[in-house]
Amino acid sequence: MITVYVPRDTTACALGADAVAEAIKAEAAKRNLALNLVRNGSRGLFWLETLVEVATDKGRVAYGPVNAADVSALFDAGFLEGKDGHLALGLTEEIPYLKNQQRINFARAGIIDPLSVDDYTAHGGYAGLTRALAMQPQAIVDEVKESGLRGRGGAAFPAGIKWQTVHDTPPQQKYIVCNADEGDSGTFADRLLMEADPLQLIEGMTIAGLAVGATQGYIYLRSEYPKAHAVLQAALANAYAAGYLGDNIAGSGKHFDLEVRLGAGAYICGEETSLLDSLEGKRGMVRAKPPLPAIVGLFGQPTVINNVLTLASVSSIFEKGAAHYKSLGVGRSTGTLPMQLAGNIKRGGIVELAFGSTLRSLLEDFGDGTLSGKAIKAVQVGGPLGAYLPESALDISLDYESFAAASAMLGHGGVVVFDDSADMLEQARFAMEFCVVESCGKCTPCRVGSTRGVEVIDKIRAGEQRDDNLILLEDLCETMEFGSLCAMGGLTPFPVRSAIKHFPEDFGG
Amino acid sequence: MSPASDNPAIDTIIDRLKDLPGALLPILHEIQHTVGYVPAESVPSIATALSLSRAEVHGVISFYHHFHSEPMGQHTVQICRAEACQAVGARELEQHATRKLSTELGCTTADGTVSLEPVYCLGNCACGPSVQIGDEVHARVTPERFDTLISGLEKKQ
Repeated sequence: MITVYVPRDTTACALGADAVAEAIKAEAAKRNLALNLVRNGSRGLFWLETLVEVATDKGRVAYGPVNAADVSALFDAGFLEGKDGHLALGLTEEIPYLKNQQRINFARAGIIDPLSVDDYTAHGGYAGLTRALAMQPQAIVDEVKESGLRGRGGAAFPAGIKWQTVHDTPPQQKYIVCNADEGDSGTFADRLLMEADPLQLIEGMTIAGLAVGATQGYIYLRSEYPKAHAVLQAALANAYAAGYLGDNIAGSGKHFDLEVRLGAGAYICGEETSLLDSLEGKRGMVRAKPPLPAIVGLFGQPTVINNVLTLASVSSIFEKGAAHYKSLGVGRSTGTLPMQLAGNIKRGGIVELAFGSTLRSLLEDFGDGTLSGKAIKAVQVGGPLGAYLPESALDISLDYESFAAASAMLGHGGVVVFDDSADMLEQARFAMEFCVVESCGKCTPCRVGSTRGVEVIDKIRAGEQRDDNLILLEDLCETMEFGSLCAMGGLTPFPVRSAIKHFPEDFGG
Repeated sequence: MSPASDNPAIDTIIDRLKDLPGALLPILHEIQHTVGYVPAESVPSIATALSLSRAEVHGVISFYHHFHSEPMGQHTVQICRAEACQAVGARELEQHATRKLSTELGCTTADGTVSLEPVYCLGNCACGPSVQIGDEVHARVTPERFDTLISGLEKKQ
């Protein structure tokens, strides 16, 4: 029987994938054709969604972007035999946007049925866990250290060192917490991973549990991701049923339980200590550090808290070995980073590359310029707390150190493109406004500083003592940067200052 | 003994979930999912069941944008206000939406049909502007497309 794939991820569905799937079923029934329709995750080529694929002898053949209204014509053109014609894109794997990537985290995305444990294991899944089950906990931690894996949530802290600290605390109840509160605008890699290949995350967390002696894990997922929630819940149930979770993991006698908990629309809960408070059932207030969560974390117990991509990477590190992972990337930025092309971009989607490519190559070779066709004015990398870079700075290398040297932040790999109609004063104002809305309120520089920031920018816009107010704004940024308890207030000055520095003309200069 | 909240559904939820570690958010989610919002009269029973003060429970409800203490409109329409959507016209869409529905962000239309809410990122950043209605995200929402989506809701009345 012919197998047809129609993605089920949030973006594909937002572009009509459910209607396409229904239309394909209806058309097949009308024509008396039997077909097997699989709802895969997405390949992450969002500019081609809905991307319908058909399995052929030569490999999968792609068609897109497909709307429900195109379906009848696709059947007429012989798409079930993989024929060229209406919306045909040829072999999926040969589409340059996909072919030129180095996918580790997203190697299975869009290929497998995200809920199928059999599909997952047939594509290398759980090989890493099998290996880890035969290792001593310290050897597992050493392998993560050896890989050079750094936290993908934004701060880029070496994962192995965090794990070592938790490993070294005396035996007691320990926890693995996955930060799936992906609140940064322009980022969707965590979402797609959870919707397209959730077992990779589940496997990585299980390995983390073995490494540090934790028997309970929580995935803290933002409530804005209902589809990811449904997929995770179903994948967890299937992993339990297949014996990969619970009190006898893969027959080893080892124990690890995993649960999904929902956030409730607070950006600050992406900050790890605030997330822990939220998981405990409190307001998501930032905690002072020390003590580190690795020593006093969830419910006061030692806790590994890592981002989705960090924990997911662990499963491939154990599948292919630390040396393989480390062979990708540059300097201390090892492995790959799934970049996310967003905003005013012609070809938006996931582009997973080894560290060390350039931002310009990403925007031009993959993104193909702006959606509007106008010139690029500014690019914000690393979410709402990331700097705005001008067109002249796009040759920057995509690695943690190069961005830090440019007073910018690679963060979670989100890239938001603005064309020349953008008003950078408005963007700076929004950065402060967002901080007003989302500050947890615990420390004054963030809570009050952001409100004063909006007011000062409004005065600059009105031309009121412009030069004096720019100095005041810089003072305020300095207070927020050095006086705030966490990155929310501490990094809000990044977009503000970079907008002023690179686009003075928008500030009346 | 927990004081009853006058709503058996709420009491059942509290009773079922109160022993979870960190039970408060799961309880609030379940109540909002079932009732549509978190009624003020549920606060004392939640507080008693979890050995918290009413102020603590109220503090949590009011901290999170997702939880509502008042009934919402029949449909919740969330417009993404974040940067990736701004870059493709979200500011204009937001203005259009408030004009079209004659209401402000964070408010419900006079006829109670639509609650218009701001949201900061739906993870659909490659294909904005994004709007979420109920649990369904919609991509590339132009003002015209917004009007079509809204008239679809009105027809469901």
